[in-house]
Amino acid sequence: MEMMSGAAMVVRTLKDIGVKHVFGYPGGAVLDIYDALYAQEDVEHILVRHEQAAAHMADGYARSTGKTGTVLVTSGPGATNTLTGIATAFMDSIPMVVLSGQVPSKHIGEDAFQETDMVGCSRPIVKHSFLVKRAVDIPEAIAKAYYIANTGRPGPVVVDLPKDIVNVLEEHPYQFPDDVTMRSYNPTLKGHSRQIKKAVKTLLEAKRPIIYVGGGAITSEASELVTEIAEKLNAPVTSTLMGLGAFSSVHEQFVGMLGMHGRLEANKAMHNADCILALGARFDDRVTNNVDKFCPYASIIHVDIDPASISKIIGAHVPVVGSVDEVAKQLLKEMGKIDAKAQTAKLADWWEQVNQWRSRKCLDYKKDKNLIKPQEVIESLYKHTNGDAYISSDVGQHQMFAALYYPFAKPRRWINSGGLGTMGFGLPAAMGVQMAHPEAVSAVVTGDGSIQMNIQELATCMQYNLPIKIISLNNRALGMVRQWQDMNYKGRHSSSYMDAMPDFVKLAEAYGHIGIKVTKPEELDAAMAKCFAAKDRLVFMDIEIDQNEHVYPMQIKFGAMDDMRLSKTERT
Amino acid sequence: MRRIISVLMENAPGSLSRIVGVFSQRGYNVDSLCVAPTDDKSLSRLTIVTHGDDKVIEQITKQVNKLIDVLKVTDLSDGHHVERELMLVKVATRSDLVRAEVKRNVDIFRAQIVDVDANNYTIQVTGTSDKLDAFAHTMSQSTEIIEASRTGVCGLARGEKALRP
Ligand SMILES: Cc1ncc(C[n+]2csc(CCOP(=O)(O)OP(=O)(O)O)c2C)c(N)n1
Ligand SMILES: [Mg+2]
Repeated sequence: MEMMSGAAMVVRTLKDIGVKHVFGYPGGAVLDIYDALYAQEDVEHILVRHEQAAAHMADGYARSTGKTGTVLVTSGPGATNTLTGIATAFMDSIPMVVLSGQVPSKHIGEDAFQETDMVGCSRPIVKHSFLVKRAVDIPEAIAKAYYIANTGRPGPVVVDLPKDIVNVLEEHPYQFPDDVTMRSYNPTLKGHSRQIKKAVKTLLEAKRPIIYVGGGAITSEASELVTEIAEKLNAPVTSTLMGLGAFSSVHEQFVGMLGMHGRLEANKAMHNADCILALGARFDDRVTNNVDKFCPYASIIHVDIDPASISKIIGAHVPVVGSVDEVAKQLLKEMGKIDAKAQTAKLADWWEQVNQWRSRKCLDYKKDKNLIKPQEVIESLYKHTNGDAYISSDVGQHQMFAALYYPFAKPRRWINSGGLGTMGFGLPAAMGVQMAHPEAVSAVVTGDGSIQMNIQELATCMQYNLPIKIISLNNRALGMVRQWQDMNYKGRHSSSYMDAMPDFVKLAEAYGHIGIKVTKPEELDAAMAKCFAAKDRLVFMDIEIDQNEHVYPMQIKFGAMDDMRLSKTERT
Repeated sequence: MRRIISVLMENAPGSLSRIVGVFSQRGYNVDSLCVAPTDDKSLSRLTIVTHGDDKVIEQITKQVNKLIDVLKVTDLSDGHHVERELMLVKVATRSDLVRAEVKRNVDIFRAQIVDVDANNYTIQVTGTSDKLDAFAHTMSQSTEIIEASRTGVCGLARGEKALRP
């Protein structure tokens, strides 16, 4: 057996698993591991400027590829700095492995320098964690961490490594485990056949069906299967914020995103449906609005790989535990051949109704001669990227404008923190995307508030030549907070506007990038063209937009799914 | 409603804190908790007494089952089962009269005196939680309870049913 140090084992295990990129930041407890990284070329380390960004980068990398993202940080502050990133990944079921240094075993519990109980701190926001006690256990712990992170319902896994076991001066036999399966962990992939039969019967009997697609359809790479089901049934399809792109947003059966800022036709169709096929979605409160008024006419078929997600919020009539792809295959098989003509005839009235809701054109907005509207920025972004970019987003109004006005035709193109809503996610996520797809266009839609939460990563972009396109919708405000204050707090803008806004153009230039300021609607198109023409440079577009624009439609609190405001003055 | 959840899990560091974490993090109640390795030392068996409506109990079992270290979860109160709890209670015995009264009640409850001191008896009593409550109440009427310690409920399903890996 090969002999090597614990630190070398860490790196070797990563290599044997096939890890190509590690996002991290060094410190005392991981110096041995960094030394081992120095000596090889199989695993590339990307040095961030803040550990939170390392986690978001690994996350963006994972979301855009389906592969597990890897983070390496030191003990104490290094480890705690990743917590927001871990929680972000946890809420959205993103596969991630976080390797954290720990103080030497004999000092654990002594409040040693840079000691924190990382396993304890992260416990509620990880899928699982390991505190490795012996060097010889390193390969198995890390291999299991990757296995757990990216099977079943994916999620982040922490591996805490005390400094003494990675000591470069002590050698141990290295063996990569042949088997990482565990008797206590067996995710169910295939749906129960009786439930499949029931689901298909319900779907075929439905006169007003709708398919409600969530992030699970992306995780399980089920886009084609979901499309096949939708086309066979001729049913309208809606998507959660997390599911955008799983079903093409330019498909004629797509009725748009649903939920708090969903499209009118999506929420109307949900509310009036007699059958809802939920595929990898979890009836989040940002979707349902008041659960007591939720979709009163619908039989609910809920497909999810996590049994705990089923009937957690809304009781399912037909619960199906399984991965979306496997269950979709089963559903298709059970459906067999459907008489397309008869199915179309059966749903004719339903489509007429849906099209009537569509004709309200809830996303229409008025352009202005002097002020740039956020919606037109996203439309311009769509045009200049041919609708084919990876779009990461931060959190706020700009995020909703991006989700609503950039139609995603493919899965894994829309990268946003849906569950935790983490400001500061966008830029590092876009960097992770760019690392994974060096040739692709990676843009981030952000706001003047969010971008300042991880702005230091502009330096990392310079170091690694990441030509991210930053589309900052600058409204001189924490816009989403301000919108809520306008609606619910009589317009009292408590701490939601920002004084002392930096000059973002100069800031970008200070980091060695290109900055472009846009203030007039007529300049937008040319500026956008200039931005995307600079292929190998990072461009920071500081776009001054109308400060008073709200995101609509918007559900009315305590109402049903389809109780919505359509503008500042109109409601359903 | 009172429920008894039985959990079979890996006897690994951190497993217990993860289970307890699920309860505190999601706002579930823990009325009692009893845990020890099983005949197979690689496994631990844990019995949690909790209360909540059917929806909450369903979530508890699902969320606990989701933990990577957990092999099996069952709601014992769903079917016929045996449940037992053990209590040690130290009571003051300052006069012959009290001593006699305590002894009489120990016999009635089929408890045992396991330690005797000049001024107190330590008594062991097993049974259902209700029986232990009743015994404690009886004791407190005849004398002073100096201290008491209860194990929390442990239980098994009756008949063929078993929680095995
Ligand atoms: C880390 C973090 N802190 C606070 C919030 C609450 N929050 C949600 S949106 C928002 C405003 C975002 O401002 P900006 O990035 O400028 O976007 P805008 O809404 O103006 O488009 C805030 C403060 C959050 N989501 N994340
Ligand atoms: Mg803003």
